[in-house]
Amino acid sequence: MSVSGRLAVSAPLLLAAQGVLAQSRYNFQPPVTSVAEQIYGLHTLMLIICLVIFIVVFGAMFWSILKHRKSRGAVAANFHENTTVEVVWTIIPFLILIGMAWPATKAVINMKDTSEPDITIKATGYQWKWGYDYLQGEGEGIRFMSSLATPREQIEGRAAKGEHYLLEVDNPVVVPVGKKIRVLTTANDVIHAWWVPALGVKQDSIPGFIRDTWFRAETEGVYRGVCAELCGRDHGFMPIEVHVVSQEAYSDWVATQVAMRAAAAEDDAREWTPDELAERGGSLYATHCVACHQPDGKGIPPAFPALDGSPVATGDVAEMLKVIVHGRPGTAMAAFGAQLSDAEIAAVATWVRGAWSNEAGDMVQPADVAAARDQ
Amino acid sequence: MAAVTPDQLHDHHHGPTGLMRWITTTNHKDIGTMYMIFSFVMFLAGGVMALMIRAELFQPGLQVVEPEFFNQLTTLHGLVMVFGAIMPAFVGFANWQIPLMIGASDMAFARMNNWSFWLLPPAAILLVSSFFVPGGATAAGWTLYPPLSIQMGMGMDMAIFAVHIMGISSIMGAINIVVTVLNMRAPGMTMMKMPLFCWTWLITAYLLIAVMPVLAGAVTMLLTDRHFGTSFFNAAGGGDPILYQHIFWFFGHPEVYIMILPAFGIVSQIIPTFARKPLFGYASMVYATSSIAILSFIVWAHHMFSTGMPVAGQLFFMYATMLIAVPTGVKVFNWVATMWRGSMTFETPMLWATGFIFVFTMGGFTGLICAIAPIDIQIHDTYYIVAHFHYVLVAGSLFALYAGAYYWLPKWTGRMPDERIGKLHFWSSLIFFNITFFPMHFLGLAGMQRRVPDYALQFADFNQMATVGAIGFGLSQLIFLVVVIKAARGGGEKASARAWESAEGLEWTVPSPAPHHTFEVAPVVK
Repeated sequence: MSVSGRLAVSAPLLLAAQGVLAQSRYNFQPPVTSVAEQIYGLHTLMLIICLVIFIVVFGAMFWSILKHRKSRGAVAANFHENTTVEVVWTIIPFLILIGMAWPATKAVINMKDTSEPDITIKATGYQWKWGYDYLQGEGEGIRFMSSLATPREQIEGRAAKGEHYLLEVDNPVVVPVGKKIRVLTTANDVIHAWWVPALGVKQDSIPGFIRDTWFRAETEGVYRGVCAELCGRDHGFMPIEVHVVSQEAYSDWVATQVAMRAAAAEDDAREWTPDELAERGGSLYATHCVACHQPDGKGIPPAFPALDGSPVATGDVAEMLKVIVHGRPGTAMAAFGAQLSDAEIAAVATWVRGAWSNEAGDMVQPADVAAARDQ
Repeated sequence: MAAVTPDQLHDHHHGPTGLMRWITTTNHKDIGTMYMIFSFVMFLAGGVMALMIRAELFQPGLQVVEPEFFNQLTTLHGLVMVFGAIMPAFVGFANWQIPLMIGASDMAFARMNNWSFWLLPPAAILLVSSFFVPGGATAAGWTLYPPLSIQMGMGMDMAIFAVHIMGISSIMGAINIVVTVLNMRAPGMTMMKMPLFCWTWLITAYLLIAVMPVLAGAVTMLLTDRHFGTSFFNAAGGGDPILYQHIFWFFGHPEVYIMILPAFGIVSQIIPTFARKPLFGYASMVYATSSIAILSFIVWAHHMFSTGMPVAGQLFFMYATMLIAVPTGVKVFNWVATMWRGSMTFETPMLWATGFIFVFTMGGFTGLICAIAPIDIQIHDTYYIVAHFHYVLVAGSLFALYAGAYYWLPKWTGRMPDERIGKLHFWSSLIFFNITFFPMHFLGLAGMQRRVPDYALQFADFNQMATVGAIGFGLSQLIFLVVVIKAARGGGEKASARAWESAEGLEWTVPSPAPHHTFEVAPVVK
């Protein structure tokens, strides 16, 4: 539908009943938790109160503008003080505020009650992706990174944009329906914020500190959110995707994740062939490195140095692995040791060493990475 | 012309001429003019940045600028508009108008006045030239939150020094205003007879003196964290990134009122003139302004609800913030009561003032909605907030500045503003403003975060609308330049001393344009 068509269809919705507003793009996303429901209700209440005040105040003002004009022969009165009136229009707004504060207070208390969760998940903000650790409850021990799944070509306009453009990730968070999920938030580098509108959850992720929030989704579905706190160049490209599924589906998902973890441990233990490493490394580079170091490996100096022709990327393997594993403190180069497995780091290092004009011609094995971790 | 002394009849300027006149001037009118020209130049610079931002956001996807540069633009747009455009513009008004309105011959500290203006251009050069240094300008947002601001290149240090310099300028300007208002009023002008514009500026000046040093402290701590190994805001060294936010917003929230209280003052001068009726509730306006100023010190953490405060903290800051609605409401009611049963005409200044009340109050309503902590947590860092603060800063501060500029232009230039062009400026600004910023409420509610160069597809049409509005709004501001240049070059109807039919106050007793020296003999106010 065209822009004007959409506006024409949607405009009457503005004035329509709340039930209609629930589907509209002029309001909050349809709430699926009790907190989101409370927020939605509070907002509707506030809108109605503000609308009434708006009509009264501006009714008076526009009446005055229309009637009390010199051109209509209005003669100015001379009143300019009335203590009673001043007291009245101080007290009435105060009473209205109390009426607003009451439900708001109940909502605040409900939002902050993170006690007795069924499952606890830690969300860690990285520049620019999320890491998740299932800390407690069914699925304990599962951990994975979650990055933007939208291809670069769509962002740069070289391909048609998909339905969930910028709101899709490679590894979504999966939780069972109807269970109380406590989310601990923290960050690895700068402040991020974990925000899923339909769940009524937004909590800053602060490096060095842990904060918490909670949700209990009542409806199965896919709920999408974003990082809400400015966190650097790709702030707009680190979405959140939460899949709320049935209890059975959740148990199946947990089983798959456990099996995948076992496979990953095997990957770290074995020797890899050059082709395997290069293939895996290329896709890892596109997920984790490309935002700063760029597809052509030229980086964006001086903040993000080039890898193409870089002495680090073509020189001593141990030195290069040290930078990848431990990062470069005080710069944007993060420590990837916590984010990627040994096999993954080995793959991406091998790939970089042979990419563009780099011709190191050697191979990095997971065992080398394990050695670098101990340094 | 009782107020014209023989000296003024032979009004000649005896100091240096040409450029040196402006560099060495200690005359409050010259300095006021320079402040206003400076702020308009910065306003246009910030506007160009805003238009680049809107150009990128015209469509989903990256087309015009890179994300890093986009963040530099949003950051500098905020810093330039707040510290370069809105604040100096109000100081310019204070310089021109306060001595004229209280019957003083000049500002109390005339040389310091010169110095506080001339600090601004170097600060502006530091800010704007930081785009061209390696790594570019700071991209940490105008709030400069660490640890992100710690990662920035040398553009960040330039911004820190610019903030320092502008802070010193503001503090000196504020001290000047406080001393002038308290000590240099004409005989008989008691505090409670003082024009409301002077009252609001007096209170604003106290806010500036209280909070600018706090900001200077916060950015200095950033500087030492960046270069000298301190860890004020680094958890790994025992610091806390959130500490910065507390300090910043302890400055930042009073700062919001620094940018709106003088606007209230301007509007309170204009409405009575064109309603031909005294301001309703003068005393309650003074008390309301003071209450807002005092409350502004205990609401700062409402900018930080999503950092995860304890229940008691959230409730305290929510209640305190909601309370601000009471004195602000009183002001709006008083303005409407001033209009009520007046005999109104709608020359350009009155249009702007009326437009201010209408659109600013919408920003007030969304402010009240933002005050409710649970709602705020959802709309924090979204386009809803962007809409909210542009309603109060553009439709609030900027519209009031225009109202004041059209109102006092006759006094400054001796010519009436061109009504036809002025009205065109008003109506196109009002309409394009709302086309730009109203849809942003919907974007924020539906889930679009702020400070992003790209967005999901469902936000495309409202963003498109906002960009079209922004271009219209930006171009409309050039109309103002036409009005001012025309009046300054002596075009248009000559203004009498009392340029507007029922304008009250001492500034209307001196000729238009106001001579270089006024009130060398203090007038007596009965």
